[in-house]
Amino acid sequence: MASVTYDNASRIYPGTERPAVDALNLEIADGEFLVLVGPSGCGKSTSLRMLAGLEDIDEGAIWVGDRDVTHVQPKDRDIAMVFQSYALYPHMTVADNMGFALKIAKVDKAEIRQRVEAAAKILDLTEYLDRKPKALSGGQRQRVAMGRAIVRQPQVFLMDEPLSNLDAKLRVQTRTQIAALQRRLGTTTVYVTHDQVEALTMGDRIAVLKDGVLQQVGSPRDMYDAPANVFVAGFIGSPAMNIGTYQVFDGQAQVGRAKVDLAREAVSALKSEDKNHVVLGFRPESLDRVAPNTEGGIPIEVDVVEELGSDAFVYGEVPNEFGGAEDVHFAAGDSQMIVRIDPRDVPKKGDTVWVKIREGEQHVFSAATGERLSSEVHTDASAQHTA
Amino acid sequence: MPLHISGAADPALIELPWEIPLEAWPEEHIAALPRGLSRHVVRFVRHGDGVIAVKETNAEIAHREFAMLRELQRLEAPCVHPVAVVSGRTSPSGEPLSAALVTEHLAFSLPYRALFAQGLRQGTLKRLVGALSVLLVRLHLLGFYWGDVSLSNALFRRDASEFSAYLVDAETGDIHPRLTNGQRETDLDIATTNITGELLDLQGSEDLDDGVDPFEIGARLEKRYRELWSALTETTTHTSNIRMRVAERVRQLNELGFDLDEIDMDETEDGTAVTIRPKVVDAGYHQRRLMRLTGLDVQENQARRLLNDLDEFRAWSDNPDLDESHAAHEWLTTMFEPTVRAVPRALRGKLEPAQVYHEVLDHRWYLAEAADHDVSLPVATASYVKNILPTKDDEQAVLGRSLAEMTAELPALTEEHGHTYTARDPYANDNTYAWGRVPEPEESEPPTVRRSSTRIPVTHRPAVPGREDDDAPTPPTAPTTE
Repeated sequence: MASVTYDNASRIYPGTERPAVDALNLEIADGEFLVLVGPSGCGKSTSLRMLAGLEDIDEGAIWVGDRDVTHVQPKDRDIAMVFQSYALYPHMTVADNMGFALKIAKVDKAEIRQRVEAAAKILDLTEYLDRKPKALSGGQRQRVAMGRAIVRQPQVFLMDEPLSNLDAKLRVQTRTQIAALQRRLGTTTVYVTHDQVEALTMGDRIAVLKDGVLQQVGSPRDMYDAPANVFVAGFIGSPAMNIGTYQVFDGQAQVGRAKVDLAREAVSALKSEDKNHVVLGFRPESLDRVAPNTEGGIPIEVDVVEELGSDAFVYGEVPNEFGGAEDVHFAAGDSQMIVRIDPRDVPKKGDTVWVKIREGEQHVFSAATGERLSSEVHTDASAQHTA
Repeated sequence: MPLHISGAADPALIELPWEIPLEAWPEEHIAALPRGLSRHVVRFVRHGDGVIAVKETNAEIAHREFAMLRELQRLEAPCVHPVAVVSGRTSPSGEPLSAALVTEHLAFSLPYRALFAQGLRQGTLKRLVGALSVLLVRLHLLGFYWGDVSLSNALFRRDASEFSAYLVDAETGDIHPRLTNGQRETDLDIATTNITGELLDLQGSEDLDDGVDPFEIGARLEKRYRELWSALTETTTHTSNIRMRVAERVRQLNELGFDLDEIDMDETEDGTAVTIRPKVVDAGYHQRRLMRLTGLDVQENQARRLLNDLDEFRAWSDNPDLDESHAAHEWLTTMFEPTVRAVPRALRGKLEPAQVYHEVLDHRWYLAEAADHDVSLPVATASYVKNILPTKDDEQAVLGRSLAEMTAELPALTEEHGHTYTARDPYANDNTYAWGRVPEPEESEPPTVRRSSTRIPVTHRPAVPGREDDDAPTPPTAPTTE
């Protein structure tokens, strides 16, 4: 097993100006499960393929353990791409399905049997080894596919959107299985997905990319509680964070007709290029309902109430008679806001609810650069929502 | 989401039972055709006069694969042609169903699993792997990374004494301006693993000849690929006689079936030598030449065979000064068309016209060898139509013997076993008559052959060189690329 290091690694496609992956620096520890996540075209797959040897590394280097693999052929990198969609051969035993590729690589017969048995033990397939795939359930077949990669005993596993062709239910099941299996094997794994929920639930750490540039890398908790910039704040979390740009007066942001006290360290970090504006973000669960016209309270006109049993979410609009918010870009749409409320006390469509951002649960970003200004958010509520 | 069909301008598509999961489609729609191993439900469906292949998958993948196949089609890659993507399918009870990708069924194409009904021998296998390596080189030259190269993901058509391979499954692929070495190496690695696995599986079901070593055949693809790739892309350095060297290189590429569209010639730093590197090569050299001369659209090796015959025809003609295009016209009307027309309509689903012509030429060679004198083409044709062609399987829309086995994973599909399907007129896309209407000698029986040789006539088809038995003598005009 080994660590993986991207050292200023870039991929510039022929005939393009902007690198698809721009000077990526990333250290993945031995045994770690790292998820590369971002919207399509962000460079996450390209980054993975650079490690796999499918894409050239035009600048910088990639190391596996203490070996520079920048110019090494894919099959000599000691890395295995895991496909969930491997074909299983119906007339071969489960053991042969798992082990035949080793025979191509001229691995000794006894050694193959031993590796297959070890993999089967981890995958709970021991009793099926001498049977045909037909005898297996869907989930077991997928584990045989994993077994094909495991018996190769690579230093690193790579997975590129392995769940994309599964239906929603199977996807949730399989993602838990893959994460559990990786922890049992302890093999360094790099996993690519566009789905931030998949990233949060599976990864030891998550690396968010956008336009070929690494935005932030950290644990799911870090990403949720202290997004480094506006992009990460909007990308991680479901439902998404409410984010808007507001004018600042005397340390207070003008949100609709409400004046919201901003964290002191955030206000003091404002620079002249911010022109007295901040980007303020707050998660749907960071809002408390308050009495109408409470100081710092924000009125919200209810459009839709989404009841999920354990939770309920209000989708509403902030009446904007002061015109205080410019460039409001809430995730749910312009000037829309999402609030988590007590599912036993839901308002009706057209009602106005008043909410206040809980102390210490603001995410404040520079209006000019989008970088984070406030400190990390610590709450019990957010803990519940990333679990 | 309501039903949405994007793609072909074919309104009849909407009449198919999209509200039913594919595996449960009523028999009346299903054409029984063999298929390879697939991770999705794939079925062949009768549609209008033809057959379409329908694959269930999720909408995103279906649209992506559709776009990819369209792009490959535009690049003239050998692949199946996409027809449409059907999304927004729901069952009558409102349950959402998988999206479907619809492609045209390639007439006269054979999945490799259908070929072992005819005895999958070492020779056939080598040809299949050879065809797959040519396909992989062609795709790589176009910048297509396949990601799942296998015998199952290709279809094969008889092409003179070889096979041509067509890409069927582009789901895992990507198109790039140029492939990196890493991408090519990975495709080769995947190909070797998959082909070996597929052959081991055939061994497991006892469908493989005992003499075949799956590991050897698996390794063969890489070898053939590398030979072809270096012949097509290698840079060579020469110090003298540059014109001859370039001409030599062009000839070598033509021999392999490729045209040289662009070439890079650079003087070395010290000015004492010139390097030559093919920059753009195009497959289908013989194909295009035959098309230009006769309007016949056939496959590469068939074209090579027909052109050889055409050259021979010209050399033997009464007027050796006849220019090439006139000779081609005469060959078409006096040799090719009468031969192909001699096949009664009932037997036309057996083989493509160009393949029939190729086999008649082979047959003629064997007859002549047995008779020890020249045998005319009409005689050879009559003998072939009477003795050989009726014994062939119908390959226009094949029903392999092993269909039940192939579809074992999907119980619903085994029901199809025993269904036969007669498809469209094999001559629908044949432009034999582009030269004008020709009366059809339909009703008459094929002429009987009277032979005066003292030798025993060959009434069964002997081993075609290389196809079943590599040691048989080779007819002088049959091309060999081995």
